[in-house]
Order: sequence, then C-alpha cells, then structure tokens
Amino acid sequence: MTSAAAPLRLSAVRIELAGRELVAPLTLDIAPGECVTVMGPSGCGKSTLLAFVAGTIEPAFRATGRVALGARDVSDLPPEARRIGILFQDDLLFPHLSVGDNLAFALAPRVRERRKRRAQVAQALVEADLAGFADRDPATLSGGQRARVALMRTLLSEPQALLLDEPFNKLDAQLRQDFRRFVFAHAAERALPVLLVTHDAADAQAAGGRVVALARP
Amino acid sequence: MTARAGRGAGGLLRAAPALTVGAFLLPIAAGLAGTLLPAFGYLPAIGGDALGLDGFRRLVAYPGFASSVAVTLTTGIATPLLAVAIALALCAYAHGRPWQQRLSARLAPVLATPHSALAIGLAFLLAPSGWIARLGSPWLTGWTLPPDVATVGDPAGIALVLGLLVKEVPYLVLMIVGALNQVPAREHVVVARALGYSRTQAWLKVVLPQVYPQIRLPVYAVIAFSLSVVDVALILGPTNPPTLAVLAVRWFTDADIDFYFQAAAAATLLLAIVIAAIAGWYGLELVVIGAGRRWIAQGARDGALAAGARAGAAGFCALSAAAAAALAGMVLWSFAAQWRFPAALPQAWSLANWMRRLDGLAGPALTTLAVGVLATAIALALVIGCLENESRSRHRAGPRALWLLYLPLLVPQVAFLFGAQVLLVRLGFDGALAAVVWAHLVFVLPYLFLSLADPWRSFDPRYARSAASLGASPARVLFAVKLPILLKPVLIACAVAFAVSVGQYLATLFAGNGRVATLTTEAVTLAAGADRRVIGAYAVAQAAFPLLAYVAAVAIPALLYAHRRGLGGRG
Repeated sequence: MTSAAAPLRLSAVRIELAGRELVAPLTLDIAPGECVTVMGPSGCGKSTLLAFVAGTIEPAFRATGRVALGARDVSDLPPEARRIGILFQDDLLFPHLSVGDNLAFALAPRVRERRKRRAQVAQALVEADLAGFADRDPATLSGGQRARVALMRTLLSEPQALLLDEPFNKLDAQLRQDFRRFVFAHAAERALPVLLVTHDAADAQAAGGRVVALARP
Repeated sequence: MTARAGRGAGGLLRAAPALTVGAFLLPIAAGLAGTLLPAFGYLPAIGGDALGLDGFRRLVAYPGFASSVAVTLTTGIATPLLAVAIALALCAYAHGRPWQQRLSARLAPVLATPHSALAIGLAFLLAPSGWIARLGSPWLTGWTLPPDVATVGDPAGIALVLGLLVKEVPYLVLMIVGALNQVPAREHVVVARALGYSRTQAWLKVVLPQVYPQIRLPVYAVIAFSLSVVDVALILGPTNPPTLAVLAVRWFTDADIDFYFQAAAAATLLLAIVIAAIAGWYGLELVVIGAGRRWIAQGARDGALAAGARAGAAGFCALSAAAAAALAGMVLWSFAAQWRFPAALPQAWSLANWMRRLDGLAGPALTTLAVGVLATAIALALVIGCLENESRSRHRAGPRALWLLYLPLLVPQVAFLFGAQVLLVRLGFDGALAAVVWAHLVFVLPYLFLSLADPWRSFDPRYARSAASLGASPARVLFAVKLPILLKPVLIACAVAFAVSVGQYLATLFAGNGRVATLTTEAVTLAAGADRRVIGAYAVAQAAFPLLAYVAAVAIPALLYAHRRGLGGRG
C-alpha cells in the first residue's frame, strides 16, 4: 500500500451560513501521522468543516479558503478525485452489498485481476479481525464489526488523509476505546494526516494530538 | 468552493427538469388551445374562421343539456365529498389499531386494477341480472327473470358514484397514509388521548390539520377526475343523456365534423365546471378550517364522532367487498360456459372464452405491454434525471412545481386530449404508437414522480458522500449505490406508472385516433353490449397486467436481497 506522507493543509478556511460566521478563518497544517482534533458543541459547524475538506459541503454554506495535500491543491476537485477518506458516526456500509463487496467497492479499478482484488479484500478483513466475513450481510454484523469494516473500506481506497466525523459516538464505552485504538493505529501505520471532529474530550485525549476549539457562533 | 467539472452527462441531467415539464406541459397547453379556440368557433381547417358562441348555442340547445349538466354536477360533487369523508373516517378509525400498518398493502390490488376493469366487474355485480340479484333470487325476490329496473346506468348516476368511490377512496387512503409518515401522528394522538380525547377526536383534531395540506392536491385530483371521467361513465353512468364528458367524447368522435364545435364547447364548459368546483372546495376548506378551530378550542371530549368513524370504516369495508366481488365476478364470467339467471354460479365451466379470444386478445395485449413499458421507461429516465439533478444541485423543487406536476390530473382529459389529437393529425403523427406513448407519458410521469420522490429524497446523502470519498464518480454513485439501495421504491414506482398506462382509455383513443387498440379500449368498447363472457375475459386480462407488475415489483427486490437484512431480507 502506498503511503502518502504529505501533510493536510487548510489555509484560511472560513464558512458562513446566511451571513452568520460558523468557522472563523482557520489555518491548519496536519503532518503525516498526526491527528488534530477540532472540538466544539453541536451546531458549531464541525461537520460542515469536514464536509468542506471532503468536497461535499452544501451550497447553502458560503465557504472560502483552500485545502491541499502537500503541494496538491484539491480545493477545486470533486470529492471523488480528492483522495480524502471520511468516516461518519454511522458506518454507512452499503446495505445491498456483502461485506466483501463493500470493501471491493473502495478498491481502485486499476487492480484489475479478480484474484488480486479478492486477496486485498481478504487481507483487509484479516487486519480487521474479521477473516472469512467476505460473504456476510453487513446487517448481520455487530456495531463494532461494522465500524471496523467501514474503516477498512476507507483505507482500501488509499486515501492521503483521513477525516473522522465523530465516528466513535454511537459505540458503547468498551467498544469505543477499542475502535479508537484501531483507527489511530491504522492511521499511524499509513502515516495519514487525520482530522477528527468531536464533542467528547475523551476522543481528543485518545487522539493525543493538538486540539482546536470551535466556539458556538 | 468546489467547482464541478461540466461533463456531458451532467449537462443532460441539468436539462432533465425542463425536458420533463415540456413533455407533459406542451401537449396540455397545445391541447387546451385546440379545444378552447374551436369552442369559440375558430377552426379554419373545417371552415370555422369567425369567433362566436355558436358552439355553445348548439350545446345549450341539445335537448338533454340541462339533465346532463345536472348529473355531471351531482355525481362529480357527491363522489369527492363521500370519498373524502369515508377515507378520513377510516383513517381516524384505523389509527393505532394493529391492522393499520397492513392497510396500504391491502389496497394495492384495487389501486392496480384499471378503473374500467373495476367498473365492468361492478356492472356484472349490480345489473338487474347481476350477481347480487342472482344471490337473492328466486328464494328472496321471487324473480325468475331479471327485473326491469335500471341499476346500472341509472339516470341519477348512483352506479357511477359507486364505481368511482371503489377506486378513489383507496387512492385517498393511500395518500393519507403516506402523509401520516411525515408527521408525528402516533405521538400526538398519545398526548391527546392522555388529555382525555377519544381516538377519533384526537385524530380529527390533532392529526388531520397536519395531514390535510399534504392531501389537498390529491383531493383536487379526485374532484377533477369525478367530474370529467369518461370510461367509468360509459360503463356505469346514465346513457341518455350521459355526463358532459361522455357527451363531449360522443360529439368529438362523431363522423359529422360539424359536431366538433359543440363538442369543444362541452369540453370547455366542463373545464369551467372543474375550475369552479375546485375553487368552491377551497372555499369550503376555509369555512371548515375556521369552524374547526372554534370546535377544537371548545375542548369538547364527547364520543359522538366515534359512531361516524365506525360508519365510515363500515362504508370502506362495503366498498372493498364490492371491489373484491367485482374482480371475482369477472373472473367467473370469463370461465363460464353457461350461466343463466338466476343461478348464483355458472352451470358449466369452460376455457373456450379464452381459447377462442386468444387471437383477438393477443394484439391489444401486446400493444398494452409495449405502450406501458415504453411510457414507463421514458418516464423513469426523466424522473430519475430530475431527482438526481435535484440531489446533486441540492436545490429542491418548491410547491409550485408540485402544482405543475398535478396539472395533468387536474385538467379534464377531454379538455385537452382532443385538441392534442388535432395537433397530431396536423403533424401527420396521429395513430402512431409513439403518439400514444407520449399521451400516456403525460399521465404516467406525474404518478411515477410522486411515488419515487419521497423515497429518493429521504435517501441518506451520506451514502453518496461516503462513496464519493472512496473515489466513486457521480455516475457510479448513482448506478452502484443509489439505484440498488432504492431498487424496491423504483420498481414500485414503475409498477404504479405501468398500471396508470394500462388504464388509459381516452388518451389511447384520441392519440391513437381509434386505430391503436389496447386491452382497455377494447374492454370499454365491448362493455357496451358484448357477451359478458367475452367482456369478462378482456377485463381480467386488463386487470392482470398491472397486478403482475406489482407482484414483480415486490418479488424482484425480495429475491435479489433475500440475504440483505438491511434491505428487508432475512439476512
């Protein structure tokens, strides 16, 4: 797997909604392997900030500023060309596909050979401690298992940065700790710059990096 | 900001709303002009070049004019009043009962059956020699011959109202059930009942005011339909004089083109009546809303309403029983060799009706299928284009667009279809299958859009965002994520659209210029006097098509996703 090893750069990102400033100009440099946490109460524009970085922000918002991966400015690219992975509060595994096909969905089409694609999916499942789950219906998995599949799916698309939109929120306490460790270990292994938004201080602590506070607008 | 690269497919997508609106507004606008102008004497092609009221004069001079207008008004106003009352009473009565959830599934067979097929079945049931009379004869009535009373085609139009109610009540119930999902009805009724209101009181005072705005347009569509229906009126309505819509069609299709002007005048008058009726209903709404506010503020908690709701629910049961008996009756007739009055069941059975009619049935059946599939496919492409454009631009069409969408259901068909036919003749395009497909498209599009819009809009956009972040292009998101997850609502919407196409009578008759025969046009034509065994076979075939489409729409996703618990499978 290629390691990107380029920093995620946000420069002067400012978001407003109906004339109200949600995110004051924010400049942030996230080094490969580093995790920066953006904290704030709900409704402060945390998720909107991630949507802007991912390229999926609603047109109702007025957003300015640039997003770059190393020297590659992705601000004008559609989300599918940015190579920025995102995990949401819900796992959002596609319900019509098996676990294996969910993972294969993320694999780049340039991996042509069926056998090779299968092998990569199987490898990802082993890493997620879910060996042999390829043919399972995602709806039959436990919450923790689904969360791990969601992360592996994102990683298989070989992102160069990882955005985390409160992905630990819906898991119960023990699972949450395990999954946090799982996510951060994989991100560190691939030297991904990670941007986490949360309102849970424990998440920030587990991330172990810088913390940026967003105020209520 | 994200600048989306302008791709070819994206351009086509952006054109989808305009294409869709054009596809049905154009024929309606052209058709209306083609009806209104001749009504006032203008149609140079057949010598009408002076504006005047001659057409209206001839219309008024028609001996049955006054009774035709009277029966149009009474049936066209009684039907929506009764339909709304029964549908609301049923929903109030059903609220919170265990069978409420199954209600809309139970309605599907009746909703899928074309109006004319049900009307034919009802005629078999109600006629002096029909099933009801047979069941009571001779032991109860003493009849050994059918009595000489008009129970079908009665001058007051009672059979017509019944025939309309059988279809319109389930339609309204379906609309109300759909609207109920958008408001916290269950919770609000719980709160109101805790405050001492009965189930019915709570529903009418708390839920109905929230739901009504969403069923207003469907109610208006029922008003317009009841006033201007042609096929059901031909089968069950009074004959001499018939309703205004039937009169207009009779004159429009007369060999003597001189009748054209008074036909156009009748259609124009009908249009005016529909507009006035909808305006009158709107006025009634205002009065009821005002009175309702005072009623609610009084805080009365008496239970007199419960009896009304029970009566309405009973009425609904009676209508459902009539529909079931109508469907069963036409199946029996189609397999009867001999069924003399007053036998309750055929004395001899046979497949001969079907075997002998196979040649005659095959052509219209194939045409029905071809037109239905084509119209549905075109409509599906346009609707998905509109909805996908909407979710990509995240700009949702407003309430005015909804009115536009309902237009084909609000304007009387006779008021624009004949005008559209004149246009088709001029273009040398009449009688072509493509013209029929287009005419069907006008009615198929709104229904397909209305049934797909809600599931499409409530699709979790984060699925699409996740897929995009995984590197999937918008097209791949649409075809590999969205459509597969939405497969069931997409197929259900297609089944609805197909059923609408199968049921089209007037659109087929006019756009096909009488030369394109479908099961529906054949069944309606035969209903006027052919052997009941033959009519039965056509009506059964006509009802079977949409029913099979529904079964397929439910079965295909169930089979494909049998192992996907997230999509309703057993996992």
